[in-house]
Amino acid sequence: MVNASPPSLTPFDFLDEVQARTPGQSRLLMCIQCGTCGGSCPSGADMEHTPRSIFAMIRADMREEVLRSNTPWYCVSCYYCTVRCPQDVHITDIMYTLKRMAVDARLYEEPAAPDFSKVFINWVENYGRAFELGLMSQHMLRHNPFGVLKIADMGLGMVTKGRMAFTPKRIRGIQGLKAIIARAKELEAVHA
Amino acid sequence: MPELIRPKLAYNYFPGCSLERNAEAYHKSSMATAERLSMRFEEIDDWNCCGATEYISLQMLASYALIARNLAQAVKSNGGRDLVAPCSACYLNLKKCDKHMRADAVLAERVNSALAAGGLAYQPGSVHVRHLLDVVMEDVGCEAIAAQVTRPLKGLRVAPYYGCLISRPGLRVDEHNPEYPMILDDLMGCLGAQVVDFPLKTHCCGGHMTQISEATGFELIRRLVKGAADYQADLIVTVCPMCQLNLDAFQGAMNRYFKTAYHVPVLYFTQMMGLAFGLSPEELGIGAELVDARPALAKIGVELPEPVAGEGGAPKRRKDDKSLPMPKMPAGPAGTAEEVRR
Repeated sequence: MVNASPPSLTPFDFLDEVQARTPGQSRLLMCIQCGTCGGSCPSGADMEHTPRSIFAMIRADMREEVLRSNTPWYCVSCYYCTVRCPQDVHITDIMYTLKRMAVDARLYEEPAAPDFSKVFINWVENYGRAFELGLMSQHMLRHNPFGVLKIADMGLGMVTKGRMAFTPKRIRGIQGLKAIIARAKELEAVHA
Repeated sequence: MPELIRPKLAYNYFPGCSLERNAEAYHKSSMATAERLSMRFEEIDDWNCCGATEYISLQMLASYALIARNLAQAVKSNGGRDLVAPCSACYLNLKKCDKHMRADAVLAERVNSALAAGGLAYQPGSVHVRHLLDVVMEDVGCEAIAAQVTRPLKGLRVAPYYGCLISRPGLRVDEHNPEYPMILDDLMGCLGAQVVDFPLKTHCCGGHMTQISEATGFELIRRLVKGAADYQADLIVTVCPMCQLNLDAFQGAMNRYFKTAYHVPVLYFTQMMGLAFGLSPEELGIGAELVDARPALAKIGVELPEPVAGEGGAPKRRKDDKSLPMPKMPAGPAGTAEEVRR
């Protein structure tokens, strides 16, 4: 039996949420399903759904399928789709929104990309600066331990050329930055 | 050409995390060439990371507050000056944060509530964020730059590579084409280089994808390096530390992944300016690149000492390799590199 349950009375919950959580005007509703986005995407071939499909799925209220999709995680943030979109949909910004929503809902399938972001921001939140060595080593040990061997000579090259810092740098105003971030997170939770 | 007789141009400067270490050569060469162009860059006090493309993937308001703290620091340091970022990712983040805060009063108010917790505030629209390339070309200009050239980059085939975040989503002035800009082409031209009309000039370097999915990341790097080699470019010129890292530091790993032997060095546009101004390679941080730039630079008479152990382009022959030894590609100018499989 199909369609056993009655259609939801508020079928656009998910669409509304995606729009509300995108800074500025997402213009998501303006999508005319032309497919210029997917055709312009350098990593579109590796996505389970092209951006065009994802937007149709959002309108169809397919929350779980959208948030489980690898699509936003394969967005390389190149903005080709955004500048080519004839309807000026802020596609890249929407991809970032979908990443945040997938993490909040714990619905992503491949943990490598969200974990990379988490390790990256952990250094930033605690030091105020990014720390490449810490980021790469923590990330690779967790997700790609054999990958360390594959890029060992590159790492060695970076070290011998003096391009790798061994210790993170902490900004003077780290306490102020921590207070700013904590307050921002509180505010976002209140208004979510 | 007449001497430069204008007051020093002064700017606030946001180096960004990459320029502190892995792209130190970019910082060094920017400062060395700025001196020649009568430009002065003052680092803003106690700046923090812009969050790259990572923070916005996890946090919305906190990522804007993180970026806005830098804008507030810039106002505190020297409010009236333009804020210049040499890194395209920092540039876009700073610019976009200001733009969204200007357009969205609710966002601006919430970001300011967060900043207040750290004793700061930012009035949207008060900082003009610019990329270093734009500042050099718009405020100094080709004519004044050409006047400084003592060692024209004659005979050097250069592929100008802009990447994404300086080109798109088109937050710069209208005349810049988001897919086919010319500003870096023009700059290389006025340094005397032979500029390759590079069709992939604004394609993506892959950003963080080498860490997420090798297949995706290396493919994006391969397209660009192969493109430059196909056009017989001696080197790629870049305006972003992320692009440089991907195309240079990962070129060896990419070659191993695809069993190719490309060798296309990747230098910053400021290093090219410095060379044309007659500065020494050491002053410009040349030698820190992992894909050896010496064969290319020999074409313009620039000589460098033997590099310390780095990573070359061609994959090493394994000890247990039973296949017949193939003639080795000379580590010569790029463009002679061909796919080993062919």
